[in-house]
Amino acid sequence: MIEKSPRLAAIDGDAVVKEALRRIEQPSRRLFLQRSLTLGGLSLLTGCAIVDENSVERALMKVSRFNDRVQGWLFDPKQLAPSYPESMITRPFPFNAYYDEDEIREVDADSYRLEVTGMVADRHAWTLAELQALPQTDQVTRHICVEGWSAIGKWGGVNFASFLARVGADTSAKYIGFKCADDYYTSIDMPTALHPQTLLSLSYDGQPLPPRYGFPMKLRMPTKLGYKNPKHIQAIFVTNTYPGGYWEDQGYNWFGGS
Amino acid sequence: MTDSSFLIHPAWLRATHWLNALAVVIMTMSGWRIYNASPLFDFKFAKAITLGGWLGGAIQWHFAAMWLLAANGLVYLVCNVATWRLARKFFPLSPRAIVADLLAASRGHLSHADPRQYNAVQRAAYLCVIADAVLLVLSGLVLWKSVQFPLLRELLGGYEAARRVHFFAMAALVAFVMVHLAMVALVPRTLLAMIRGR
Repeated sequence: MIEKSPRLAAIDGDAVVKEALRRIEQPSRRLFLQRSLTLGGLSLLTGCAIVDENSVERALMKVSRFNDRVQGWLFDPKQLAPSYPESMITRPFPFNAYYDEDEIREVDADSYRLEVTGMVADRHAWTLAELQALPQTDQVTRHICVEGWSAIGKWGGVNFASFLARVGADTSAKYIGFKCADDYYTSIDMPTALHPQTLLSLSYDGQPLPPRYGFPMKLRMPTKLGYKNPKHIQAIFVTNTYPGGYWEDQGYNWFGGS
Repeated sequence: MTDSSFLIHPAWLRATHWLNALAVVIMTMSGWRIYNASPLFDFKFAKAITLGGWLGGAIQWHFAAMWLLAANGLVYLVCNVATWRLARKFFPLSPRAIVADLLAASRGHLSHADPRQYNAVQRAAYLCVIADAVLLVLSGLVLWKSVQFPLLRELLGGYEAARRVHFFAMAALVAFVMVHLAMVALVPRTLLAMIRGR
């Protein structure tokens, strides 16, 4: 309801402005404006709830799938994420996972095996030493979290495209899935897997990857948000069946591109 | 005289205005929830005025309403330019006219007699909010896909700078909406005009 001031009819200019200032300054007025805004939002929500809350969620999910396709179309396989001088590395680089720091999983280096399955020619399980013996490269890039913050870090490891070529992966497949020692799982699209900056990362800042950053191996992609970069990877599989992901199954966007 | 000669706002303008209002409410409230996940400054938005429930939900709302905001905004801009409304309603505009109208407004001498005619302060405010919305969309594009839009990213000073640009552009938009609503409350017939066109 909008209260009509009788003074407006007479158009007493000074009074109108004074009144406006008084109303804006009045805490109750401000609250009224705030509440009417919130009411607008609430009526949106309740309006949807009356229809069917699930149908809204389904509709939002559909738009998210549409956004996956848009991102796939926007993704330029040759466009590199910016790299930075080592002096710009964020120290300490933040720890982030779906659990707290005291729950970081310890993976035993000697018994570690990387399983590679699905649409690949060579299905043998890799030891850490075998992975370390492959040609290594490194990058200083920005990690962008879905929460909004970002941090610059230095990762070293094996170019993922050359690893996929080595194991004879069928690169016409749609997805590559990852299963991790911390029960995390996720999956990515093939064009991102083949991007020159996508790395099977074995080291951080020149040292073996510490447990907090995903020992013994994480997938590093500066073209995707943080939650798409799985840590403690135990199994990689190439598939045409949508594998989903830990956060993606709860509603995070699947493509998660940057 | 026919009814149409009394028309203050054409139908396309009213439609895009209200669709934009809906998009802005969804974008702002979900944006506040996204902000809360990693606040840039030493405060958070009260949960009651945010949309989405949790970060994932807020992002879904934000990245759904962005299509409405952008598509509706494009229709508005194209119609505005193509019908010459932009040129007729917002120009000429000079700093001197803005100052003169501000002074007149502060003395209460600014007339609302013809709602089809925007005064210089209104012209400046509406043009600024259009530019602000464009800046919000561009900085939002950098936050959404900073690697895919390198030129835009560098123009805005990088990803982290774009976060701040996006935040302050939001703050400017919210400030505009507050003043806009206060003005509508003072001159309620402008609300009717935006609904009925007359």
